[in-house]
Amino acid sequence: MYSFPILLEATLNGLLTGAVYALVALGLTLVYGVLHIINFAHGAFLTGAMFAVWAAFTFLGVDPYLAIPVLTLAFFALGYATQRFVIGPASHGDDGNILLVTLGLSIVIENGLLAVFRPDTRTIATNYAFDVVEAGPILISQARLFGFAGALVVAALLWLLLARTDTGKAIRAVAKEKLGASLVGIDVRHIYAVTFGLGCATLAVAACLLMPIFYVNPRVGQSFVLVAFTIVVLGGMGSIPGALVGGLFIGVVESLTGLFLGDSLGQIGIFIIFILVLLFRPSGLFGARA
Amino acid sequence: MMLLRAYLPILILLALLAAIPLVVTSNTALNFVVFVLIITLAAQGWNLLGGVGGQFSFGHAAFFGTGAYVSAILQYSYGVNAWAALGAGILSGAALGWIIGFLSFRAGLRGSYFALVTLAFAEVLRILANALPITGGAAGMLLKLNIGFGNLQFTSRGAFLWLALGFVAAGLLISRAIADSRFGAQLVAVRENEDAARALGVDVLAVKLKAITVSGALTAAAGCLYLQYFLYLDATIAYGVWISVEVLLAAMVGGRGLVLGPLVGAFTLHGVGDLTKQVAGGIPGIDLAVYGAVLILVVAFAPGGVLGLIHRLLSGLTRPRPAKEAQ
Repeated sequence: MYSFPILLEATLNGLLTGAVYALVALGLTLVYGVLHIINFAHGAFLTGAMFAVWAAFTFLGVDPYLAIPVLTLAFFALGYATQRFVIGPASHGDDGNILLVTLGLSIVIENGLLAVFRPDTRTIATNYAFDVVEAGPILISQARLFGFAGALVVAALLWLLLARTDTGKAIRAVAKEKLGASLVGIDVRHIYAVTFGLGCATLAVAACLLMPIFYVNPRVGQSFVLVAFTIVVLGGMGSIPGALVGGLFIGVVESLTGLFLGDSLGQIGIFIIFILVLLFRPSGLFGARA
Repeated sequence: MMLLRAYLPILILLALLAAIPLVVTSNTALNFVVFVLIITLAAQGWNLLGGVGGQFSFGHAAFFGTGAYVSAILQYSYGVNAWAALGAGILSGAALGWIIGFLSFRAGLRGSYFALVTLAFAEVLRILANALPITGGAAGMLLKLNIGFGNLQFTSRGAFLWLALGFVAAGLLISRAIADSRFGAQLVAVRENEDAARALGVDVLAVKLKAITVSGALTAAAGCLYLQYFLYLDATIAYGVWISVEVLLAAMVGGRGLVLGPLVGAFTLHGVGDLTKQVAGGIPGIDLAVYGAVLILVVAFAPGGVLGLIHRLLSGLTRPRPAKEAQ
């Protein structure tokens, strides 16, 4: 029904989009793996980061790629403070409460941004946004290739941090056994906040990689985060390799359903996979435990 | 005596609300009350499952929208009488509740997982409603203006207020009756400790299924009323995230699991929201930002909601909450 180059291009585009999805999902899965909660404010933080990139470019003339280091640190601090001073104290250690507090946070952030920036959709115009790389019969957007590479680098860095550093060891300890970790002298509240900060930091990277090719408005995070939930569930909650593979897979699924069913139904494939995985294999395709 | 104590606050509140059209003539004020009553009804549905049963749904829009769309399609495309369409809408909400419940509770989904799967169901329905021709697609559906009791359309806003109030009253009576019943006690047991409830012989799946079925019916009824009042529907209204959040907020803010919680919560929230809008002028989203902040504050400082606060004030209890493990 479609010629091979079209299918190939759709698949490739799906992989490139999927890498950015994976990047958004990485932070979500990390937070879930350690705090065992779903952070409903994840999408709102992404929107915030995208507005920060937009503002830095528009008012200060900072290139999105150059903004990565500063913004990543800033969002780490923001995430750390949010967990330490808002989510932690407000939820009294109850999982249902954490769910509600992060939902409340997402409403506050999203509508706060709406009040400040209005519902307009904004973009930034870099002079390299339309540069392409030729690969045989197909053209690949250079900015999307950067996004793909960036997602892989962030995943590798996160994995190194968890596997090779003392902080990583502490994070893994808290994820496995909270009480035991605190008995051997790990400050659990600090580790929770660090984890949440890391989750937000990955969003800052995602925002910098996204803005040259995407737009921002106060609702933009919602569409990403629903996809990210799907990826996290698919890859197994808390699994970093799972998030990466799941992200690429979902990107391809979205691209191909869009091709066959039309754009308005493009995302339905994702949600149906989501529901099916939740119902029949809630531990995910790669995860060992529910 | 017990019966009177349980039903007296309900009757007083209902009488006060019923008197509103007799003293208030401002259309803006009546619109406000009707809208909040519709939200209350939808929130009563959420409260039964989420508040009493502890199963947090983040996708009650699925029921609200299905009730509204079933009723709209029957009237618009098949010329079915509005009252019959209303009944069909409510039944469809109950059926959808049973289906979603059967699929997700049987798969053992709880907590975050249940919240996610309900959200996903609502999103799938929203995308479908936005794309399929039978729902009018992205353009939505406009019901023909045809005033008359048989068509569930009234010239007077007061009359519609009484209709909505009648439904809210039914919702209150149902909630009250459930709270006093064996089923209600079992539902609370499931919320407090599912495994313990099962060990004591409670059929957890059956109890949850019953709760989500009634819950879906109540919220679908609210969707039908919304349609009859505004006579317009599109996918974002019917299945949008806004209604899922509204019903959860109203129940939580009023006092989760309490019979009067949704009513008190909906009026408190929209009162505060409207006040903010008037103070802050036309800044978009400011009222919703306040809702979010209220939710966080309620969870942090008033887990019993507004009714819990009133109760604490009345009984003069100021003993601090027992300190829980810090998170």
